[in-house]
Amino acid sequence: MVAPAIDSDTGGEPASDSQTYRRAVRDLREGYGQRELWLSLGWQDIKQRYRRSVIGPFWITIATGVQAVAMGLLYSVLLDIDLRSFLPHVTVGLIIWNLISASILEGADVFIANEGLIKQLPSALSVHVYRLVWRQVLLLGHNLLIYLIMLAVFRPELHWTIITAIPAFLLIVVNMVWVALLFGIVATRYRDLAPILGSLVTLLFFMTPIVWTTANLQTMGGEAAQRARLVEINPLFHYLDILRAPLIGEDQQAYHWYIVLGCTAVGIALTMVAMRTFRARVPYWV
Amino acid sequence: MTVSIDTHSACVDFPIFDAKTRSLKKAFLGKAGGTIGRNDSDVVVVEALRDITLSLREGDRVGLVGHNGAGKSTLLRLLAGIYEPTRGSAVVRGRVAPVFDLGVGMDPEISGYENIIIRGLFLGQTRKQMASKIDEIAEFTELGDYLDMPLRTYSTGMRVRIAMGVVTSIDPEILLLDEGIGAVDAEFMKKARTRLQELVKRSGILVFASHSNEFLAQLCDTAMWIDHGRVRQQGGIEDVVRAYEGDDAGDHVAHILRELAVSDGKRDSTMGDGTGSDGERGA
Repeated sequence: MVAPAIDSDTGGEPASDSQTYRRAVRDLREGYGQRELWLSLGWQDIKQRYRRSVIGPFWITIATGVQAVAMGLLYSVLLDIDLRSFLPHVTVGLIIWNLISASILEGADVFIANEGLIKQLPSALSVHVYRLVWRQVLLLGHNLLIYLIMLAVFRPELHWTIITAIPAFLLIVVNMVWVALLFGIVATRYRDLAPILGSLVTLLFFMTPIVWTTANLQTMGGEAAQRARLVEINPLFHYLDILRAPLIGEDQQAYHWYIVLGCTAVGIALTMVAMRTFRARVPYWV
Repeated sequence: MTVSIDTHSACVDFPIFDAKTRSLKKAFLGKAGGTIGRNDSDVVVVEALRDITLSLREGDRVGLVGHNGAGKSTLLRLLAGIYEPTRGSAVVRGRVAPVFDLGVGMDPEISGYENIIIRGLFLGQTRKQMASKIDEIAEFTELGDYLDMPLRTYSTGMRVRIAMGVVTSIDPEILLLDEGIGAVDAEFMKKARTRLQELVKRSGILVFASHSNEFLAQLCDTAMWIDHGRVRQQGGIEDVVRAYEGDDAGDHVAHILRELAVSDGKRDSTMGDGTGSDGERGA
């Protein structure tokens, strides 16, 4: 029963494959294979939150709608922008922002919140992430109702470019997965990250053109126009734009897509490194 | 692919992060400055399991005995693949059904039926497979129309019935049981034991941690004594229990084994006659 010194006999014993890309990919694939599980859990999450309330999940829709209208009215007066073009901008921006901020904030908490399941049942870590992303997509589905109402009321001119909303949405979903995985892993190890992200996301909300527009700053001229350029270094601006622009019939520039694709590639690479190195550590850390 | 579990010098070390180390700021400062004298051994580590080398094959029924905190539950989690060893290796081949905490994966707000389905999904079943088993499980749990009620209206014992019903309805290749199957009335317990025994016969490998010698003797043929994170003794269940708890307990186990051998004599007996064999396995 006495094992020889651990380092000296590595030639004889089977090497552990815990820290390999193969296992990281397998985790993602097996997690996806359990979609029956996370699809029902995601639904369950939504239903549970609004159990016994009369209009149920449509509270989500109402809350987002009220927020969009209130902010739209306020900022259109403050910034002196025409409400007809501004309100669709705010509404769609908020809906997309909800998706982005949830993947960051809930992503940072995803493994900690599922501690019980992780410690009791052997399953792929990615299951919890897929469940989170699916839940957010369902919430988006409820919020789409606001978008449809907005279309009916304001009738913005939509072009053929609206079909680019589909790849843009899929790209954002892919990004939600890596963001939740990466932030989930790091935030499980370093518990300070979640509160940092909390304030950072609030800050980013105002740094991203949701309740204001870059065009508006540019027309102000002078220093304000200079500052409008600063927004370009905020990656979330580009993420927001690739989906918002087609949905409200605005012109789209290709460079937003390039930046998002670049960020996606870098993010996936980082996440794979984190998954390879720390995937097996997460059950120890939670 | 055959069902097997092989571990080689597997260690499970838990890092215990206190407020000082579980912080991004400290890690940055420590790495950049270097003056604080931070190194790998700075984090307090609990060595839950040390140098576990074992090899389990189809047909093995192993009982785990040991004091509280000896590492039985951690070993089960290592065998389940939940904890991957910090040093050494562990290779688990086969579909694992762990029964550790019966309450995990249960949602108090949804009905008993829905919980049965969700729990089955957690254990790697498909919705279709679970739907075909649900009547059988409902019958086993004896909960009747109550299964339509939300789970929060259930007593602890009723929840255990659901969990037991699900786990005994699937055919796992590797069954890992941790004790804590309490809180049910005696009559149901008897029924559950019979079902568990049938399940054990169907499953390829069983590892069972318990303080009940009677239960151990009923389900296992070999045993391992886990002490301070190491395998202290491995062998026939009677010998191990005798070494661990003394002669009284050993005699008790021997008595149960004889009784089981008699009652199983006519049928195919896998429980009684395995005693003492394969003692040196994995050593």
